Amino acid sequence: MNHLALSDEILMEIEKPARYIGNEVNMVKKDLKDVDIRFCMCFPDVYEIGMSHLGIQILYDMFNRMDGVYCERVYSPWPDLDKIMREKQIPLFALETQDPIKNFDFLGITLQYEMCYTNVLQILDLSGIPIWSKDRTMDDPIVIGGGPCSYNPEPIADFFDAFYMGEGETRYEELFEVYRKMRADGSSREEILHAFSKVPGIYVPSMYEPSYNEDGTLASFDPIYEDVPRTITKEIVLDFDKAPYPEKPLVPYIKVTQDRVTLEIMRGCIRGCRFCQAGMIYRPTRQKNVETLKKYAYEMLHSSGHEEITLSSLSSSDYECLKDLTYFLIDDIGNDDVNISLPSLRIDSFALDVMKKVQDVKKSSLTFAPEAGTQRLRDVINKGLTEEVILRGSMEAFKGGWNKVKFYFMLGLPTETMEDAEGIPQLCEKVAEAYYTIPKEERNGKIKITASSSYFVPKPFTPFQWAPMLDPETYIERAHHVKDTFREQLNAKSMKYQYHDTYVSVLEGVLARGDRKLCNVLYDVYQAGGIFDAWTEFFDNDRWLQAFEKNGIVKEFYTTRERSVDELLPWDFIDIGVTKRFLIQEWERARQGIVTPNCREKCSGCGAAKFGGGVCFEGKN
Amino acid sequence: MKVRIKYTKSELLKFIGHLDVMRYFQKAVKRAGFDIAYSQGFSPHQLMSFAAPLALGVTSEGEYFDAEFHSVVSSDEFVRRFNEQMAAGMEVKAARLLPDDAKNSMSIVAASDYLITIRDEVPADVKERFLTYVPHLLELDTIEVLKKTKKNEKIEDIKLGIYKVSVESYVSARELAGDPVGETSSIANQYVDDIYANDKLYMLLATGSEYNLKPELIVQAICKEIGYEYNRFDYRIHRLETYMRNEKEQLVSLLETGTVIE
Ligand code: B12
Ligand code: SF4
Repeated sequence: MNHLALSDEILMEIEKPARYIGNEVNMVKKDLKDVDIRFCMCFPDVYEIGMSHLGIQILYDMFNRMDGVYCERVYSPWPDLDKIMREKQIPLFALETQDPIKNFDFLGITLQYEMCYTNVLQILDLSGIPIWSKDRTMDDPIVIGGGPCSYNPEPIADFFDAFYMGEGETRYEELFEVYRKMRADGSSREEILHAFSKVPGIYVPSMYEPSYNEDGTLASFDPIYEDVPRTITKEIVLDFDKAPYPEKPLVPYIKVTQDRVTLEIMRGCIRGCRFCQAGMIYRPTRQKNVETLKKYAYEMLHSSGHEEITLSSLSSSDYECLKDLTYFLIDDIGNDDVNISLPSLRIDSFALDVMKKVQDVKKSSLTFAPEAGTQRLRDVINKGLTEEVILRGSMEAFKGGWNKVKFYFMLGLPTETMEDAEGIPQLCEKVAEAYYTIPKEERNGKIKITASSSYFVPKPFTPFQWAPMLDPETYIERAHHVKDTFREQLNAKSMKYQYHDTYVSVLEGVLARGDRKLCNVLYDVYQAGGIFDAWTEFFDNDRWLQAFEKNGIVKEFYTTRERSVDELLPWDFIDIGVTKRFLIQEWERARQGIVTPNCREKCSGCGAAKFGGGVCFEGKN
Repeated sequence: MKVRIKYTKSELLKFIGHLDVMRYFQKAVKRAGFDIAYSQGFSPHQLMSFAAPLALGVTSEGEYFDAEFHSVVSSDEFVRRFNEQMAAGMEVKAARLLPDDAKNSMSIVAASDYLITIRDEVPADVKERFLTYVPHLLELDTIEVLKKTKKNEKIEDIKLGIYKVSVESYVSARELAGDPVGETSSIANQYVDDIYANDKLYMLLATGSEYNLKPELIVQAICKEIGYEYNRFDYRIHRLETYMRNEKEQLVSLLETGTVIE
């Protein structure tokens, strides 16, 4: 590449031009003469966010190892550039070759967060690709979605030609082979998509037709051809240790959100918290061999020049070789030049020892995520953290010199009462009081507690997928009450409390459990100027309300309505391994406040064992 | 041991800002595996100091930074190993060991020279008038421009900061910069289109903490004199070299202080 898609004038006028010029260290360059499939991978948010996503780094590296395939990248142009591109009719381009995306064979879009959906439309529109899948021709790339939000693809189904359900590592060779063959024999787009729908893990929305009951719920969801599968089973990498991993990660010029080497140590989580979607969709839990990780640590630090390394997983404390790996990082890798940044670990003596070694005790804080204020409610959500564990961990830390504690809670959980809400400040107060039992000389000044609560959004494929979301008025009332109760505590002066905004959470709630009827809403929000809705400064609730109104959509139908377990849910055609029967059982147990043991304590037969690997078979050879 | 590194920044990377270039080199040092020294404390950083910051959108062949190493390799090896790690668009040109008492590059910068290419967007007759005017610029008693800072704007006479202006080609300008092209190098094309065309504005300007002049101001001044509206994007700006003053108060390249490491 020796030209840039944007002129000097434009690049000088916009914020952070380095977002659009590519050419980062370890960027892959290929001779287009040797390439017959051009794939553009997109993260529909700003460069600094997208470059922090591990999934794309993995797939970018994997695709580019394939002969004949060239994978490039694109991120959402920030509103300043968006405006200029529209005015001057500059087509959206990929960073590597700076070529228009419209010329590619595939546009892959990762779906990490619902509030990025309007940015998906922005990407399509700026690329000159028709927004609706049905309007596209062979001249347009095949638009394929993936990532956690594709576990309910329905609200965006009409904008995508296909979705890839599950982990991208497994099925691409097959997909590309089908594509190569059919393109060569002159097949139509429709024929190609039809063939794709038969590749395991691939969902082609146009091959299915929903019908609705009078009350708006789904009546049926059927394939339009007989040879199109009725259910789609997610894909997972079984030999996780040998799965491809980007040993030469891309190194951005500008500071991105996660500016460091990331070692993915484990996929999946053994815990089964009932509100957590990731805990279900990534099942079964699989780990990487600690020796593999040590090798990656060396290689990736060396090939990137990063001065920081971190671990990625849903619950690092459950990684079985964590001690070995952590002490290796601290003793063999970390010194002057490499910082070890550890994700929040369960607070115990090991965690405290490690934290002491890698961070400044005076500046760092302890983190707890009890999620709910009372033991009753923690049992409902199956969060195994008890008050006793929190107090024991904090005391040990206080004696070691810590004096800052952060707490994460949720409000609006199923069955929650005012007492549960009051439990939040009360728990914080107990920790503060425990702190002051330590003699003055042995503690480090005053304690500082910060607590925050988010507004609970029920997600598909969790036991709470049937639960009503709390209505926003009651949420606000509860949040105010929590705030007031904080003020009444003895140590109120040492405690700070914040709660999340309501509007965005309500929309997340609509989109998370939405159906195809919402495609029109998204289209209208976008047409009214909605982009970067994940950013407070660009989010405009009224645009959404108007679009609901225009399309006759009542948002409460998606949020505060309690669903019966017999209802056909829009995402029911997807099989994540974990069975509906198990989720119903968990929903039932939740309401009775019965906890379910984690996968290592006792297998609960969730269904994920059918993949034939991971934690379900640990120690059973 | 302190080593001074000279590097270039071409079209492809001229939109990487100064702070990001610093971070880029910190990572390049690590990839190349050099034995760099760190500051003390809980968040140690590499001991590195950059000379004159380059404005966004400007290319350069005369950029510098100094870095402190625990142990060094030969100058050739520094250059070779750095360049194995460079992104397309940056190149390390030289490495020199500095005397122990050397002041850091940032504090000694006194001047730098630039070559301005007038783009084709400017009508040929205006370009002609522009170039014809160049030799007369320093005949003015005062050269007044509007200088904008973050806080305010003021009229300033910048004549004292302009040491030389003339019309040159890329090749003759490199001679003026004390670094003749020799074999027509391939890199040259990254900065200007026709390296022999005698149609570019050369200038040597005060740079650094004492007095700092941006090359745009001179272009603006000429535009004012010939009555043509100034537009930043009509000009491509390229820095050739960065200078300090030696004991005799002459301007010499920042490379003059150090010695080649064998
Ligand atoms: C790193 C991270 C970030 C980083 C980087 C952005 C990102 N999303 O990666 C930062 C810090 C910037 C970030 C920000 C935010 N994040 Co975040 N983040 C994560 C985290 C910890 C890891 C993501 C990751 O790298 N996973 C590992 C990779 C390998 O898995 P993967 O993404 O699923 O990719 C695989 C497959 O899904 C598939 N795949 C993925 N994409 C595609 C695309 C195609 C075409 C194909 C074929 C396949 C495919 O192949 C991949 C390889 O197998 C996850 C939690 C988690 N552990 O998963 C949360 C998570 C994604 N973030 C979340 C949230 C809420 C946010 C924020 C809103 C937080 C905030 N309030 O600001 C913002 C939103 C930013 C945004 N626009 O997405 C939520 C999303 C929940 C939701 N859907 O509502 C998650 C799930 C955490 C959680 N449980 O709350 N996040
Ligand atoms: S089958 Fe058992 S061990 Fe496997 S993920 Fe489900 S509960 Fe855990």
